[in-house]
Amino acid sequence: MTMARRLRTKDLSAGYDSRVILKDISLEVPAGRITAIVGGNASGKSTLLRTLARILKPKGGSVLLDDNVIHDMPSNAVARIMGLLPQSPIAPEGITVADLVGRGRHPHHGLFSRWNAADDRAVTDALTATGIAGLAERDLDTLSGGQRQRAWIAMALAQQTDLLLLDEPTTFLDVAHQIDVLDLLVDMNLSRRTTVVMVLHDLNLAVRYADHLIAVAQGGIHCQGTPADVLTEATVKTVFGLDCRIVTDPVSGTSTMVPIGRHKSGSVGQEAQSRK
Amino acid sequence: MTLIIDTQAAAPASHARNRGTRRAVIVLNMLGLCLVGLIALTLSCGQGCLPPAHVLAALTGADAGGADFVVNDLRLPRALMSLVVGLCFGLGGAAFQVMLRNPLASPDIIGISAGAGAAAVFAIVVLSLEGWAVSAVAVSAGLGIATLIWGLSSGRGAAGARLILVGIGVSAMLNSVTSYLLLDAPAWDRAEAMRWLTGSMNGAQLVQVWPVVAALAVFGGLLAVSARDLDLLRLGDDAARALGVRSDATRFRVTLAAVGLVAFATSAAGPVAFVAFLSGPIAARLTRGGRFILPAAGLIGAILVLAGDYAGQFMLPARLPVGVVTGAIGAPFLLLLIVKANRNGGTL
Ligand SMILES: Nc1ncnc2c1ncn2[C@@H]1O[C@H](COP(=O)(O)OP(=O)(O)O)[C@@H](O)[C@H]1O
Ligand SMILES: [Mg+2]
Repeated sequence: MTMARRLRTKDLSAGYDSRVILKDISLEVPAGRITAIVGGNASGKSTLLRTLARILKPKGGSVLLDDNVIHDMPSNAVARIMGLLPQSPIAPEGITVADLVGRGRHPHHGLFSRWNAADDRAVTDALTATGIAGLAERDLDTLSGGQRQRAWIAMALAQQTDLLLLDEPTTFLDVAHQIDVLDLLVDMNLSRRTTVVMVLHDLNLAVRYADHLIAVAQGGIHCQGTPADVLTEATVKTVFGLDCRIVTDPVSGTSTMVPIGRHKSGSVGQEAQSRK
Repeated sequence: MTLIIDTQAAAPASHARNRGTRRAVIVLNMLGLCLVGLIALTLSCGQGCLPPAHVLAALTGADAGGADFVVNDLRLPRALMSLVVGLCFGLGGAAFQVMLRNPLASPDIIGISAGAGAAAVFAIVVLSLEGWAVSAVAVSAGLGIATLIWGLSSGRGAAGARLILVGIGVSAMLNSVTSYLLLDAPAWDRAEAMRWLTGSMNGAQLVQVWPVVAALAVFGGLLAVSARDLDLLRLGDDAARALGVRSDATRFRVTLAAVGLVAFATSAAGPVAFVAFLSGPIAARLTRGGRFILPAAGLIGAILVLAGDYAGQFMLPARLPVGVVTGAIGAPFLLLLIVKANRNGGTL
């Protein structure tokens, strides 16, 4: 079971070197829920997530974790509360699944402490939760994309944090594996009350799986709230520059976005084209 | 409260972990044995072989007849020097390769060894320094070169490849500096010049060994306390930082430690060709990646120097300094790596 943590930002600006990518961000991540960050390519989703995770130093304002400025907290203390699966982590050559997942235990160790039974349990739990206990001894390079993604998620789970941040955990996965990974995150959220914040590039999956949606566009947060509130034709137009229809997803009962292109979009598509 | 340890559930993780560790421990033990065997060989056999009893007697200070001079004054300093220098090069080289995730990024390829070597020659020939002062100049130069290469190759994208190319350029420049300084030092014989060009154990004395032993203790210790963080940097900066690693501080410590190791070793024996470069990849192959690359690389470095020096003295038609032997082994491997890296971009 995890503790409810308060993660929020105050007038946060984030960017690289002299370049500010996001300005004046104020947001609060709902504790114990799933939040999805959506937005167009290069809109700053990863930048936001990395700044929240204390990896990037803010250009202005601050990120607050339980009312402490996160960049003033020791890195190890943050790592015991918050885990991050980056967009493109590197798999060292020849590393086994168990070895990789074991790396997640690092924040729970000092310089001279040794691997212990609690570490073994955490790793085993993470392997079991992600359904890859049978692959523990396999080399990471020999796994399929879906299995490998599960191994990375298992590493973050072995960290046993109250908050879990993930940057596009479903990229490069086929649609079945995408659903699989998202279901797994919901399992974690339900069973441990882990607060999940993830960047997702598939808007419809974000709407279906998230309790809270943050739409990033034009150097700031365009809007945030429940998926039903955020997902409007106007928002999609501003955030993605895309015409669409919002309909009800017959499976989940949530809203879903149907894109309108210049081709293959019936009469609405021709309308859209003639307006251009 | 009762503590129930569910051994059933803990099985897969601990089992898989133990298997990896067991393999690494076996490898380390084999390397250690190999090293002990080589030391015994180099102490006992040279132009002729001494019986083990005589060698032991000489080492323990008992009356060993004529063996005393050969063992204690000729062979022992040479063996110890080979051992510590090899450990330094192996550890320092692998630390760079792991940190920069590239086997080509070893200090002898990117100019750190060349910088330390040129500085040592400068300190001896021009400044007439000796002992610790030479090492200090070499370490400073090594750190300076590391900073220079970092600076020249910084910027976004392809940092690894650029760093290596810049390093190779700097290395070539520094090697010509060394050659120039040697031309200007007519009092030196060819053997002494060879030390600074390729590395050599000729004329090694115990007094030259101690600074390297001290460096091994200090910088090796620094590397040891940074080893876990260094291992996590292999997952990429973001993943490592999310696990609580202070990536910049770690890189600074590892750079300092590796440069210290390589520079001290270089100022004692010269830039023994390719030992730093070869040890890491061999260690990675033997330990299959894992957390034990660094100690394995240290042992392999020592084995390469001891074996190379022995072969150069007694097993080849001409007496060759160790650097010529290790260079001959390393060069084809370098070519192989470059060809392979072009195909799939090697990592460590
Ligand atoms: N390490 C970096 N250094 C400099 N600029 C960067 C870096 N990473 C990303 N950027 C720039 O920041 C902007 C936002 O990038 P990012 O947050 O990765 O977008 P997203 O994740 O939404 O696709 C892009 O214009 C990108 O070029
Ligand atoms: Mg991104």
